[in-house]
Amino acid sequence: MQDLKPTNGFEEVFRKVQTLTDTPMHYCPGCGHGVVHRLLMEVVDEMKIQDKTVGVAPVGCSVFAYHYMNIDMQEAAHGRATAVATGIKRVLPDRYVFTYQGDGDLAAIGTNETIHTVNRGENILIVFINNGVYGMTGGQMAPTTLAGMKTTTSPFGRDIATMGHPLKITELVAQLPGAYYVTRHAVHTPTAVRKLKKAFRIAFEFQEMKKGTCFVEVVSNCPSGWKMTPQESNKWMEQNMFPYYPLGDLKVPKVRMN
Amino acid sequence: MKMNSEISLMKGNEALAEAALRAGMQAYFGYPITPQSEILEYLAVHGPKRGAVILQAESELAAINMVYGAAGAGARVMISSSSPGISLMQEGISYMASAEIPFLIVNVQRGGPGLGTIQPSQGDYFQATKGGGHGDYRLIVLAPASVQEMADFVFDGFRLAEKYRVGTMILADGALGQMMEKVTLPPASSLPPKEKPWATVGKPSTRERNILTSLFIQPEKMEEVNLKLQKKYRDIQSEVRYEAIQVEDAEIVLVAFGLSARISQKALELARAKGIRVGLVRPITLYPFPSAILSQIALSVEAFLVVEMNAGQMLEDVELAVRGVKPVMFKGRMGGMLPSPEEVLKEIESLAAVRSASSALIS
Repeated sequence: MQDLKPTNGFEEVFRKVQTLTDTPMHYCPGCGHGVVHRLLMEVVDEMKIQDKTVGVAPVGCSVFAYHYMNIDMQEAAHGRATAVATGIKRVLPDRYVFTYQGDGDLAAIGTNETIHTVNRGENILIVFINNGVYGMTGGQMAPTTLAGMKTTTSPFGRDIATMGHPLKITELVAQLPGAYYVTRHAVHTPTAVRKLKKAFRIAFEFQEMKKGTCFVEVVSNCPSGWKMTPQESNKWMEQNMFPYYPLGDLKVPKVRMN
Repeated sequence: MKMNSEISLMKGNEALAEAALRAGMQAYFGYPITPQSEILEYLAVHGPKRGAVILQAESELAAINMVYGAAGAGARVMISSSSPGISLMQEGISYMASAEIPFLIVNVQRGGPGLGTIQPSQGDYFQATKGGGHGDYRLIVLAPASVQEMADFVFDGFRLAEKYRVGTMILADGALGQMMEKVTLPPASSLPPKEKPWATVGKPSTRERNILTSLFIQPEKMEEVNLKLQKKYRDIQSEVRYEAIQVEDAEIVLVAFGLSARISQKALELARAKGIRVGLVRPITLYPFPSAILSQIALSVEAFLVVEMNAGQMLEDVELAVRGVKPVMFKGRMGGMLPSPEEVLKEIESLAAVRSASSALIS
């Protein structure tokens, strides 16, 4: 994978890929964003497509993704990342284009753009981070907040009768003919991390084949928003988020690649 | 449609769309709305076979953000809509102003506020010339008064947008969009492509990554960005354009843009025939606004009459330029109604009557 060399008598066991910058990440301890950023950029590095990749950052905790990813990037308005990505991809059809969006961005304010971008089968990768909460603004209720889950704007727990149901947008997206590959992952264990990286790789390879939209959800924790330690939050995620947002493939093309 | 310079009889909207293809437009994003849907329709027929990306978006909001993406990726991009749709696009326009992404936007105005009417109006002057969305920014605003200018200003619009990395707006109205006139179209590819080293096209190892953003969380940095934008807007003042008709001997000067200027020119002829010395200043760029010529004329004329298809919006800019040196009167119609040349003439005549009565009192 990486060309590691012994240095100063120490054995080199890991090296940051050059597709990541040296900027220290601002994410909270235990947050999944850093790992997802790294996996995405490792795939870009391994496929040697840095000069052909354009990313779109959202509004949300990952609004500063362009500080960390050493690629050309555009910062989109809240919810509009897939529209921006559509614009980029249509004029640069041979580039690899991805959006990186949270649940508020993709599944609330940007639902219209999300559905229609996938429905057009835009040849882009949509990375969807779902932690059931608006992290950047301080832990408000998101469209994906679970029933009964307490947030700063559902202080007594999400009441389905008045606040609606947690939105399974990934299931919705998978129904659309324009969606080619739809899968749900997490980064809470080393195995999960490896699986997600493979999903990113497959998605970029499909993009090259111009097959349609690839949609990768990452169910993530939010220790700060959930007011838990990182360990507690991962446990809570497994016990509460996974039953409602089960991990695995939702739509896989019949012809899988090796 | 032949590709060389030629004379055609075309609708304003179609002439504009054809001009965009000849000006090397690479992408257009739109959403149907009356009275400008012919632009999208014309481009849907003629765009793809001439190499342009033409996409009907799911909303004006999505369309303007597609412009952000495509223009940010270095393409020459146009978008068009009419008043209610332009309101929806303000988010993207503000973001592009801050991220310094050049684009051409066309507003074929209709009467408002709200869903309003589909008839022509100039009710969006404030929105077009004062920013429109949030934050301190401007668009260059070009006001065509003929089908010919609907076509010509597409070239000027792209050129100015790319020169200054700003948005340029063609502020037309439903009548200009729908009416048919003779138009001479310039040949294709007469506007050379512009180098855009800032565009996000994929980072080669030879340069740092390109980032297009409007987020500058540190206030010091945000102020720096604002100062840079303001300097750019000062530089843009040199692009001011206007047409002055028979102002040399005029006692009353009409100030009007777009279709109102066409109506005012007819009123001018009617007044001249009656022996009233009337002139006309037609701002072609509404931003930058031709203040200097109006300040200068204020020294020699007796009064100004501003004619608009709104409640008096450019009127405020004329008043600022004249600075109380001479009276500035106003004649407007709203909500899709046009002032007739006779109505304007009536205003001119009452102004002239007041003037001769007061000069009789003084002498």
